[in-house]
Amino acid sequence: MIAALTILLSCQLAGEVFVRLVALPVPGPVMGLVFLLAGMAVRGRVPQTLRDTANGLLSHLSLLFVPAGVGVMLHFERIGSEWLALLAALLLSTWATIAVSALVFTAVARAVGVSEPEDPNGEGAP
Amino acid sequence: MTGPLGDIWVYLSATPLLWLTATLVAYLIGVLFFDRLRRNPMVQPVAVAVVLLVAVLMISDTAYESYFDGAQFVHFLLGPATVALAVPLYAQWSRVKRSVLPMAAALAAGSLTAVTSAIGIAFLLGASRESVMSLAPKSVTTPIAMGIAEKIGGLPSLTAVLVILTGIIGAMTATPLLNLMGLKDYAARGFAVGLAAHGIGTARAFQVSELAGAFAGIAMGLNALATALIVPLVIRLIG
Repeated sequence: MIAALTILLSCQLAGEVFVRLVALPVPGPVMGLVFLLAGMAVRGRVPQTLRDTANGLLSHLSLLFVPAGVGVMLHFERIGSEWLALLAALLLSTWATIAVSALVFTAVARAVGVSEPEDPNGEGAP
Repeated sequence: MTGPLGDIWVYLSATPLLWLTATLVAYLIGVLFFDRLRRNPMVQPVAVAVVLLVAVLMISDTAYESYFDGAQFVHFLLGPATVALAVPLYAQWSRVKRSVLPMAAALAAGSLTAVTSAIGIAFLLGASRESVMSLAPKSVTTPIAMGIAEKIGGLPSLTAVLVILTGIIGAMTATPLLNLMGLKDYAARGFAVGLAAHGIGTARAFQVSELAGAFAGIAMGLNALATALIVPLVIRLIG
């Protein structure tokens, strides 16, 4: 696990340094993701410890958003006075974005012939 | 509070231990609810945790800054977790490679929809300029959205909250919405949720399948780039 964490942090660090060096408008961790992907492609396999640690982190990804979410308490006043506009914008825009992205993806996939419906292994899709 | 209990409180409120532990406990309570209610996506552990923690902080009269001193250790893991998305992405690589065109098209359309619809609706309903600017990057993962908001005159801390609300809304409603639309391609479904609802949407996609999760992760990364480029352009166009 320590080896895997070291790999993840090293990739993130390399990503942060790289985007600053070449002034890319890309977040450092996303560049780190690209580096890790390249590394796995070069080696042609994924170490078991890395797979376990990555799956462990990702299975509780939403936990990592809790600290920033609690920041809602700093903005009660504004949210109270503008709640309708904010709520409408969040709901409608999120729904529109999901719908447009999924429709465009499906239409283009069908046009170029890469879409076959695949059943998920997990639960949650009635 | 006075006496020994007061002394303990003074000690605890000065170390990261208390609020770090509280963050994990609140989240686990959320997970417990989620499991008890047969993993209904309407019960998002992150939403439960935020409500519980805000209540405790307000009752104990604790400032957000003191809370964050402890919770920052959890917050920090967002970076390594983003890097870790490379692992499921690699596992699904052959499918990803074949989907370059659908992804590019969906990214362009989805990213533009996210930014313009959020700005447009909030503006029409009379939100303040600061709120509109804070909403513009709402579909992008927290640290990047905060950077974008700062550049265009939004409030970064308000943006963080709007980003997380967007993630919660996306995670709660994506499954029923996509079922309603009759879409069965789990690559397309995952991509849409990751694009619209970043990491929280991606977490939801992984609950459904690894394929959906991998595409959600890519969409989250790509949309961070696309939104960073699109938002300043859109703001310049509308003045």
